[in-house]
Amino acid sequence: MSLTLLIEQILNGLQFGVMLFLMAAGLTLIFGVMGLINLAHGSLFMVGAFACASVAAWTGSFWIGLAASLAAAAAAGAVIELLVIRRLYDRDHLDQVLATFALILIFSEGTRWLFGSFPLYLDIPPLLSGAVSLPGGSSYPIYRLAVIGVGIAVAVGLSLLISRTRLGMRIRAGESDREMIAALGVDITTLYTLVFALGAALAGLAGAMVGALQSVQVGMGEPVLILAFVVIVIGGIGSIRGALFGSILVGLTETLGRVLLPHGLGLFMEPSAAASIGAAIASMLIYILMALILAFRPQGLFAANG
Amino acid sequence: MARNLITRENLITVLLLGALLAGPLVAVALDETFYVTLATRIAILALAATGLNLALGLGGLVSFGHAAFLGIGGYAAGILATHAFNGEPLILGLSGTKNMLIIWLVGAVSAGIVAAATGLIALRTSGVYFIMITLAFAQMIYYFAISWPAYGGEDGLSIFVRNGFPGVNTLQPLSFFLLCFAVLVIGLIFFAVLKNSRFGAALQAGRQNETRLAAVGIAPFRIRLAAFIISAMMTAVAGALFADLNRFVSPSMLSWHMSGELIVLVILGGTGRLAGPLAGACVYVMFEFLLGGMTEHWQLFLGLVLLAVVLFARGGVIGLLAGRARHG
Repeated sequence: MSLTLLIEQILNGLQFGVMLFLMAAGLTLIFGVMGLINLAHGSLFMVGAFACASVAAWTGSFWIGLAASLAAAAAAGAVIELLVIRRLYDRDHLDQVLATFALILIFSEGTRWLFGSFPLYLDIPPLLSGAVSLPGGSSYPIYRLAVIGVGIAVAVGLSLLISRTRLGMRIRAGESDREMIAALGVDITTLYTLVFALGAALAGLAGAMVGALQSVQVGMGEPVLILAFVVIVIGGIGSIRGALFGSILVGLTETLGRVLLPHGLGLFMEPSAAASIGAAIASMLIYILMALILAFRPQGLFAANG
Repeated sequence: MARNLITRENLITVLLLGALLAGPLVAVALDETFYVTLATRIAILALAATGLNLALGLGGLVSFGHAAFLGIGGYAAGILATHAFNGEPLILGLSGTKNMLIIWLVGAVSAGIVAAATGLIALRTSGVYFIMITLAFAQMIYYFAISWPAYGGEDGLSIFVRNGFPGVNTLQPLSFFLLCFAVLVIGLIFFAVLKNSRFGAALQAGRQNETRLAAVGIAPFRIRLAAFIISAMMTAVAGALFADLNRFVSPSMLSWHMSGELIVLVILGGTGRLAGPLAGACVYVMFEFLLGGMTEHWQLFLGLVLLAVVLFARGGVIGLLAGRARHG
């Protein structure tokens, strides 16, 4: 186990973490402002990836694809908010879970109908292909570094948006008292649609960026969705800071666990057993982490609403 | 609880059970054994959803992880049968078995232990946290099953010959159906007894008003934990039967889609109602069968119907047929 490998895996963990952050930020924003649990958030991730891959294949440009993914996910988000989600705000969580579960079925099957069952592939743009060298002689793909950069930029932008702008002020006000800000003359329905579309666009962005790293296929959003849930449970629902911290924690734990556990177990076990047991435990690691954190802080690390 | 037994809801329950029993008998007379399998599927899913209904309907515990318990029951059947088949001892020199009674016991106890461990953590929270935590724990078991190669990993585990029940020829579809039907009836009776017991009253009171429950001196935590464990055990028995029906168990039985489907069954039929899961399973399996025959994209239409039910038809099938639930 060399230092280079460790650095490489830490970078991988960070890249995975910021991607989770894009998902978790949208989820937690929507939950914080509207009190809604949205299982279909993973579908918006998928919409972003499919929009990016198909538009990039059609125009030959990754960047147009990226813009298309933001537009498509935001549009899909706005449409489902207008048609479905807004009827669910004052229902209980069970109804929200069920309705958004139905949306997953509709999105997944609809996408399969449009694009077929075969995965699409999305190439890394030429500008970001290639690698930079790391200390110790190995190299690391520029694209993954760019993903980390985008994630950090979004985190900074989002916190500025929420703490410094008029929209952010309304979002914060909506989190604490929705009747009051409606009474003050803020058009709360439009605000909700806007926040939902913003969360959707973040998921779409994550989908587009991940689409260049793995195949674009139906159902790709669901594993990410579950991890994003773990992130916001760990970080505290409704807290952007918690989402960022939780994402990085989960990203690093997941990535490093997969590498370090089989290595560590290999020290006192035979390699094949260490590999299979290590892999099995590594797949459970973040859930164990979640259980530990919740055992001490049931509301998560940075609980927003007490 | 001396209550009038001849209510509209009880009549509907008996009618539904009668129809479920009559269907396969007619099908066998007409030599259409496929419909027997369909009815068996309904009975098993109804049993699994009745288990969930205990936690979700009576206790208000929205568990999005019940597929884990279904899968644990399924894997109990698969693993014990595999060991009985190849003769290798399981652990501590114990051998596998093909006896369903032992399999159900092992499955239910394992699921109960897992439910106790996860419930202890999950029940410290409530609302949306509970939903997400149960989901996360179920995913943990799902990924464990996928990355554990000893029992098939992602490919799952085949049960070459359906497990046996003393005195019943389970290889014959009708006998297996009757067995599943009998277990379902026992499960429903158990649900009804539990619902009308003092335990059930406390559980439902905790759902409706936690403060009032605390005011009469009952702490909800232990009652909920007990309900969660019993609920998991019932679903696990259904899981073992499900594995025997398909003669196959795989991680997909543990997946969160399955958890979602179980919730759908409960809500489609009517939350907290005795025959809710049964009605839900009937509608769901028929729907799957009819739409699946028409288009390969049937899940799209299932999603649309589901959406319509959530948005416009609250109370489910039983709610439509028997009117609103009487709380009490």
